[in-house]
Amino acid sequence: MTATLTPPRTTARPGRGGFGQLLHAEWTKFRTVRGWVWSTVGAVLVICLVGLLATAAGNTADPQGSSALPVGPGGEAVNDSFYFVHQKLRGDGSITVSVSSLSGVVQRGPDDSGSGLAPWAKAGVVVKDSLDQGSSYAAVMVTGRHGVRMQYDYTHDIAGASGAVSQEAPQWLRLQRTGDTLTGYESADGSSWTEVGRANLSGLSAAPEVGLFVTSPSVEDETGTGTGFAPAVATGTFDEVALGGGWTGGSWASDQVGRDAGTSASYSQDTHGGATPSGGGFEVTGAGDIAPVVGGPAGSGVRTVENFLVGAFAGLVVMAVVGAGCVTVEYRRGMIGLTLAASPRRGRVLVAKGLVVGTVAFLVGVVSAAVMVPLGGQRSQAGGFPVLTVPAATELRVVAGTGLLLAAASVLALAVGALLRRAAVAVTVVVVGMVLPYLLATASVLPDGASRWLLRVTPAAGFAIQQSVGRYDQVVTVYAPSSGYFPLAPWTGLAVLCAYAGVSFAAAVVLLRRRDA
Amino acid sequence: MRTAGRAEWTKLRTDATNGWLMLGMVVLTLAAGAAVAMTSRCDATGCGGDPARLSLTGVLVGQVVVAIVAVLMVGDEYSTGMIQATLAAVPRRLTVLFSKSAVLTAVTLVAGTVSVLGSLLIGGLVQPGRGFTEDHGFAPLSLTDGATLRAAVGSVLYLVLIGLLGLGIALVVRNSATAVGIVLALLFVLPILTQVVADPDCQRHLRQISPMTAGLAVQTTVHVDELPIGPWQGLGVLALWAAGALAAGGRLLGARDA
Repeated sequence: MTATLTPPRTTARPGRGGFGQLLHAEWTKFRTVRGWVWSTVGAVLVICLVGLLATAAGNTADPQGSSALPVGPGGEAVNDSFYFVHQKLRGDGSITVSVSSLSGVVQRGPDDSGSGLAPWAKAGVVVKDSLDQGSSYAAVMVTGRHGVRMQYDYTHDIAGASGAVSQEAPQWLRLQRTGDTLTGYESADGSSWTEVGRANLSGLSAAPEVGLFVTSPSVEDETGTGTGFAPAVATGTFDEVALGGGWTGGSWASDQVGRDAGTSASYSQDTHGGATPSGGGFEVTGAGDIAPVVGGPAGSGVRTVENFLVGAFAGLVVMAVVGAGCVTVEYRRGMIGLTLAASPRRGRVLVAKGLVVGTVAFLVGVVSAAVMVPLGGQRSQAGGFPVLTVPAATELRVVAGTGLLLAAASVLALAVGALLRRAAVAVTVVVVGMVLPYLLATASVLPDGASRWLLRVTPAAGFAIQQSVGRYDQVVTVYAPSSGYFPLAPWTGLAVLCAYAGVSFAAAVVLLRRRDA
Repeated sequence: MRTAGRAEWTKLRTDATNGWLMLGMVVLTLAAGAAVAMTSRCDATGCGGDPARLSLTGVLVGQVVVAIVAVLMVGDEYSTGMIQATLAAVPRRLTVLFSKSAVLTAVTLVAGTVSVLGSLLIGGLVQPGRGFTEDHGFAPLSLTDGATLRAAVGSVLYLVLIGLLGLGIALVVRNSATAVGIVLALLFVLPILTQVVADPDCQRHLRQISPMTAGLAVQTTVHVDELPIGPWQGLGVLALWAAGALAAGGRLLGARDA
């Protein structure tokens, strides 16, 4: 007796193949290979473990260290240290001064101090929400070598007239408050005024601190072995101080804002901040900076978000092994014949594999970064290292970027694996393409020019997505790969890596179609 | 042992990939070394440059190819099932280990010597034009100089030891991709971690134990006293890594089913 065989019902229409099914098949293959599942879990663990190792050390040089840097209105870590001659002034009004000199002292060695002025030494007038570090402000100032500037809320910088000040050619500065708007003016003679810029400080206190300030970041000091930074102070002479509009003069108080000068500078052994009245004005000496914190030698001893993610390099190697393995193992076991028989549209097979591996790698990166970024910050502060706080949007970009970085790397490994059909060589190509150039560029093996070039044209450019430190024209540091600055912008760098992955993937699809399995 | 060695040599020689890889190793080492020699420069006395080490930078790239060749020597046998034939023919498993190591050492010695001598030759030709002159306190690169000779011999031995390290790790994990991943992570990820660790003592210890940083100390010819570890001691650390990997690999090869 024979039973009639009823053909199984197919849910997918014949001929369409069903990409969903293909994806499901690839996911099943991935999930049922124990080695890959363990490797994926291992990748998360290794990223966190290496990150914990990197943050294990305590700050032995400065055990109680300054564990937190002030944070500006934009959410970024800032230096906010200067000498301030100030008073609280209510309502709208204006302050006008003339600056007739700006000079400085640089301490290049223990017994080697001489005159010298930092290019970004600042003397001018400021309206600041409060005396707290990191509070909102707007200022118009003369600088050591960059002329008149209007700066506000740490990251904004507008250029005015160029040239230095002197007794014969003083520079007049005016800052005027109208509601939340602060307007900066400059003048060469005190009678004809030019607007430098305006700032809108929403939520500025009704009675902010208004006054004169002087500050000076440390000075770049070229030594035989590299760039160092020498402490510097600046002294500015304000000849006329006049209040106008609704502001009427009270008595001036003088204070150092910030206990020390932050990461940007410090007073040396025989200099200190101060203010002395002279004529109708003041002579003010100060050190520090009012600017965002940057990486490099100017911010040494400060931990950055990307420091906590150093384990991503190890995770990348693991995900490259998984990515390359999930296609080459099919060739080794002969399974590829079955896979291609089941789904004759070969390009789609590779796309499904890429989606599965890429998604897994993305999750590995995002999960481990989401754990390590807050954890690393906490451990660093507990160990006495200040952490360079970044705006939430930057932190989000670094976390998501770590996921995208691992996804692109694993897809690259998969594509190279499909091209070469040898996992070991594919893994090597990816690791040598990504990790070795990064190492060469950041370990000061190569000259700066060559390092920048390497991080532009190799897949290692993708690590730019993890850069959290900002680049500011108004802050001097060594903006080089060795201090964490990539030559390409974060998303451009990632695009270079994606281009490598995309081109290899396309080549792999073409070859998979043409070649015998 | 002799026949086993000859068998390993035949296996290595008859896979065309290996020939290309070894040629690639020499070419990559020379090219990377030349690129570094042509971009680095020394503008004044006391610029801190190390001409021998700069010329030999290509070893950083060459070592990767040596590691692949070593790993494939074992990994390919496991992936194709050839290992069963090998062990049937040479039942004493330690003999298999020794013959593989001997053949790999011999091949790497030859390729390594060619690439190291070539790199030094290129460096010697290019560097005087890049400021490494006698005016700036640099004698021309020559193997008669003790430190340069140490860098040259040390670099060749370094490549051999990297090969043995790869061989040992491949015997432990029996999978080429994983083995290569582990070797490269050991070589490259440890130095990157070292850059991030903020504690100077921790940093020095990491430099003393990372196989690449310690092993390449042997290439240094200037300011040798400032190294975290002495040149030969550093190579010794790498030798310990390689010996450890081979011992583990040999033990597992003896203990496990193929």
